[in-house]
Amino acid sequence: MNRILKHRLFWPVVVLVALLLLNLVFTDGFFRIQMKEGHLYGSLIDIFRFGAPLILVATGMTLVIATSGIDLSVGSVVAIAGALACMQISDLSDQNSVTGVLSAVGIALVLSVVLGLWNGFLVAGIGIQPIIATLILMVAGRGLAQLITDGQITTVQSSSYKLIGGGYWLTLPFGIIIVAVVLALTAFLTRRLALGLLIESVGGNAEASRLAGISARGVLIMVYAFCGLCAGIAGLMISSNVSSADGNNAGLWIELDAILAVVIGGTPLSGGRFSLSGTVLGALIIQTLTTTIYSIGVPPETTLLFKALVVTIVCLIQSPAFRSKVFHRRRRPVAASAAPEEKVRVSA
Amino acid sequence: MTSITGLLDRRRTIPQKYIPVLVTAGLFVAMFVTGGIRYENFATGQIILNVFIDNAFLLVVAVGMTFVILTGGIDLSVGSVVALATMLSASLLKDGWPAYAVMVLVLVIGGVLGLAMGAIIHYFEIQPFIVTLAGMFLARGLCYTISTESIPIDNPTFTDIAQTRVNLGGDLSVSPSAVIAVVVVVIAAYVLHYTRLGRNVYATGGSEQSALLMGLPVARTKIAVYTISGFCSALGGLLFAFYSLSGYGLSAVGMELDAIAAVVIGGTLLTGGSGFLIGTVLGVLVLGLIQTIISFEGTLSSWWTRIFIGMLLFVFILLQRVFSGGSRRRTP
Repeated sequence: MNRILKHRLFWPVVVLVALLLLNLVFTDGFFRIQMKEGHLYGSLIDIFRFGAPLILVATGMTLVIATSGIDLSVGSVVAIAGALACMQISDLSDQNSVTGVLSAVGIALVLSVVLGLWNGFLVAGIGIQPIIATLILMVAGRGLAQLITDGQITTVQSSSYKLIGGGYWLTLPFGIIIVAVVLALTAFLTRRLALGLLIESVGGNAEASRLAGISARGVLIMVYAFCGLCAGIAGLMISSNVSSADGNNAGLWIELDAILAVVIGGTPLSGGRFSLSGTVLGALIIQTLTTTIYSIGVPPETTLLFKALVVTIVCLIQSPAFRSKVFHRRRRPVAASAAPEEKVRVSA
Repeated sequence: MTSITGLLDRRRTIPQKYIPVLVTAGLFVAMFVTGGIRYENFATGQIILNVFIDNAFLLVVAVGMTFVILTGGIDLSVGSVVALATMLSASLLKDGWPAYAVMVLVLVIGGVLGLAMGAIIHYFEIQPFIVTLAGMFLARGLCYTISTESIPIDNPTFTDIAQTRVNLGGDLSVSPSAVIAVVVVVIAAYVLHYTRLGRNVYATGGSEQSALLMGLPVARTKIAVYTISGFCSALGGLLFAFYSLSGYGLSAVGMELDAIAAVVIGGTLLTGGSGFLIGTVLGVLVLGLIQTIISFEGTLSSWWTRIFIGMLLFVFILLQRVFSGGSRRRTP
């Protein structure tokens, strides 16, 4: 029992289960998954589908945070990637041509990686604090995205492009498949190969890792480039889902949601260790929360209040200082704390 | 012997800590001169005063942010607290509250919000980034709960303040908001550089561990800076309400970025412990001047503002790196 309580994913799982239970009580047919025209439908599928971009961005962010960095620019990269792809496609004579769409997607992804490399260069090459280094692109990036679309909302009519964010493949939404592939690849690279260990060691102490013979600079640059790539894919998904690119609002605040997902998932902002499964859980919690708020009929204006409440509760529960100050003894009061927490949520 | 040569050195060369501020000041002057050469009617005192008038709220918010950043923290909630302040004043005034009671209440709420965030950050050891992020959601959420529509303000006291111009002699005049902002800057500069609290802020930012071992009240200092930042944001919100004469839940989105950018351009290190309030003032002025120049240019679209601010940030951060790098400096 104690071992389960102390597992770092225990609290995130509790919160997610609590949210799902809330839905079980308040929403009819929340857990029903239907098959329509060969596609899977249902609230649970929707959570995955709409949460896909967030999971992607948060995956990249996890690795960056594991190196004790942070990437504030992902929201801007999301906007830039979507804007560039949509501009390329809208210039095509046949917007449905697969090669045209593929090349547009390719160009957008290459640019995302380049933007990630730029962040990596600032952090590892010049040695600027990550939070400021990525702040530059965060501020300038929105301007760049609007420069690409000329301040307009560019719409495209391309069925091949629509597939990325809104289409289905093998009965599943295509976005979920992309996320699964990226996650599997990341998990393989970081947990089956030495890469994850290198990332964690750079996060623990970059100088010591360098002295130990790890190319800390290379690892850092690669991690930021990967984060840029993830943000780029997420940007394509978001813009393809609505078949348009909005330089101003696409991916707005996604960096904050992504960082939250990572923190809720138990990866410390100080770096040195990371948990991919925790991040996925964190992203799912955020998405489930949003879906829950809509489905139990809370007015959408209070979405942010809810979010603030849950974020505070999750972070407080996870803080060792809070636990030792509030519950002097570990085991018994922990169970008692779950009940008032749920009451607060229901009454709000 | 070494101390004497050190003293002589110091007298001849500018201390390194002033260089970022001087660079920002130089940039401001250069921009002003370039603008004056390029455009007619640019190089007047009123242009600078207009920058103050149009950015009074940002200046006040950035002052609060300077305190937080000097301790090595960050406050992401400022933009939403500004919006909350405008929203609260607008809705309370609509309900017939007296103007001064509203102002006091808004300032108190801002301070209490900051105090709460500071207490959570210090006592529960959660990163400022996350706590103030939650604060940002909370304040923005409260705005939407009050109303999703824009509420106009027609209270006579507020409209009076909005329309009054303080004459400075000649053709120059400023709004009361700009005067309030300057007063805030002067008080903050005094607190930061000449009081015990100010020294504690620098000490905590330099090294929290050492400050603690020296017996400085780290807890009080950290909570105080977030309270100051919350108060300044609420005051900035009031100034914003004077400026726009309405309350709207979506106003001041992204203002935290502008405030952080102003502080960084002003030469304050985000790691804390080093920087000056005058730098923040210059940072706000530079940001304001960029907007003025872009509006004078006429052909440039508004998004160039963001790109320019980004480029400026890059240049300044690079400069800081070169000047403060010391032994750890790495060449690009």
